[in-house]
Amino acid sequence: MSNEFIINAVSDVPHASPKANDRGNERREVGTDLLKRGLAQMLKGGVIMDVVTPDHARVAEQAGAVAVMALERVPADIRRQGGVARMSDPGLIQQIMEAVTIPVMAKCRIGHFVEARILEAIGVDYIDESEVLTPADEEHHVDKRDFKVPFVCGARNLGEALRRINEGAAMIRSKGEAGTGDVVEAVRHARAILGEINRLKTMKREEMFAYAKEIGAPFHLVEETADLGRLPVVLFAAGGIATPADAALMMHLGVDGVFVGSGIFKSGDPAARAQAIVQATTYYNDFKILAEVSKNLGEPMVGINVSSLPAEHKLAGRGW
Amino acid sequence: MKVGILALQGDFIEHAHMLRRIGHESVEVRLPQHLDGLEALILPGGESTTFGRLATRYGLIEPLRRFIYSGKPVWGTCAGLIFLAKDVGRDQVTLGVMDIRVARNAFGRQVDSFVAPLNVKGLSGGPFTGVFIRAPVIESVAPHVEVLCTLADGTIVAARQDHMLATSFHPELTDDPRLHALFLGLQLPTADHAVF
Repeated sequence: MSNEFIINAVSDVPHASPKANDRGNERREVGTDLLKRGLAQMLKGGVIMDVVTPDHARVAEQAGAVAVMALERVPADIRRQGGVARMSDPGLIQQIMEAVTIPVMAKCRIGHFVEARILEAIGVDYIDESEVLTPADEEHHVDKRDFKVPFVCGARNLGEALRRINEGAAMIRSKGEAGTGDVVEAVRHARAILGEINRLKTMKREEMFAYAKEIGAPFHLVEETADLGRLPVVLFAAGGIATPADAALMMHLGVDGVFVGSGIFKSGDPAARAQAIVQATTYYNDFKILAEVSKNLGEPMVGINVSSLPAEHKLAGRGW
Repeated sequence: MKVGILALQGDFIEHAHMLRRIGHESVEVRLPQHLDGLEALILPGGESTTFGRLATRYGLIEPLRRFIYSGKPVWGTCAGLIFLAKDVGRDQVTLGVMDIRVARNAFGRQVDSFVAPLNVKGLSGGPFTGVFIRAPVIESVAPHVEVLCTLADGTIVAARQDHMLATSFHPELTDDPRLHALFLGLQLPTADHAVF
């Protein structure tokens, strides 16, 4: 058998996109929007934690995390050390995948579809096309519709969220300002997205056309969001969440769950803080429980006040 | 019928929407006192390790067991199925009330998640859309557990033990309320099925 044959055989395999496998007798559909968005539904009400080692991942799982984000450096270190931030070593990500039974996410650079294909090939459960890494393309995001693995993307407002969903994102998170421990930007972005959805709900159909143009979003997604009264996909908060109270605040604003990046493993007692943030996310409406879980957590991560950050050091402006 | 849905985490809202569609209100269960006065209980999809952690911390394990042993209908979907099982093949907190052995993430990772048409015993009106997301399977059942659905290769994906129902898949993510109706006994006139 010639090499040429093998190459042809491989290139004949269609690139993901919804397709059916025949296994046994029933027809199985894989990689559909229902499945991609469905996994995010299972994460709702939960906490997704950044981890840089298999040990961190086990601490997160033990604390009750619903998923982990496998990274080489947490955003606070990326921010401090500078340089180009890229996809993590796939070997490290695989070690983390082997260490836990909960879903494992990993980040690719904005527009870097080859990093995304590599992450898909090793079988990560979700890809975060993330502004925390240095963008690889200043104009285009990854065409996420063409992947079997689902994507989560950051957004600062409804237009950005719907553009990402149009490209195939199956989950949206606020961008916040990662690695600062300052929740103010996550609040700003969540309020923007949810506030704009509230406006949409009372808008007349004819006004939606102008509105879609104004926010730079496809009309069909604007209309769908208005009809649903929420985003067509799950919305999480991310970027600067450092305490149980921060997580509960975001849940009160109306997000479906939270990502915690540097906030846990850059704090004095990661295991205790991780457990406390998980409990605060479930019991966000019970202030006695919140008071209880907020006690004796040791030092929080050292924060950076976002208003003191020069514009060129802000990550949230990345992405278009 | 007053139905509770375990709301520690996961897709409990989707179950509530489905119940509302067929005319039933539901309440969210996060603490033991939320079980008071409930007539049935749903354990939703989500992460079973997170359920175990929070249920232990907030004293829910024994009250949930007592609720189920009292004979009230309970249904676990995906993570909820794992949470009902006696044996999950690893050291993990579950309620341990259903005589089934379960394998978690049995089909692989998210890229192996799939949708397939299913024939569920006792469900009329044609195949049911099975949504399997990082789904568990039932590896074996005790003799008194009734298998309700298998894949073509024989893998068990739904079972019933008296008043306990377990499905590997997510009926709450479809727009088909037949299994929710079945669970609440709405379509089951015979005494044989009255335990639902």
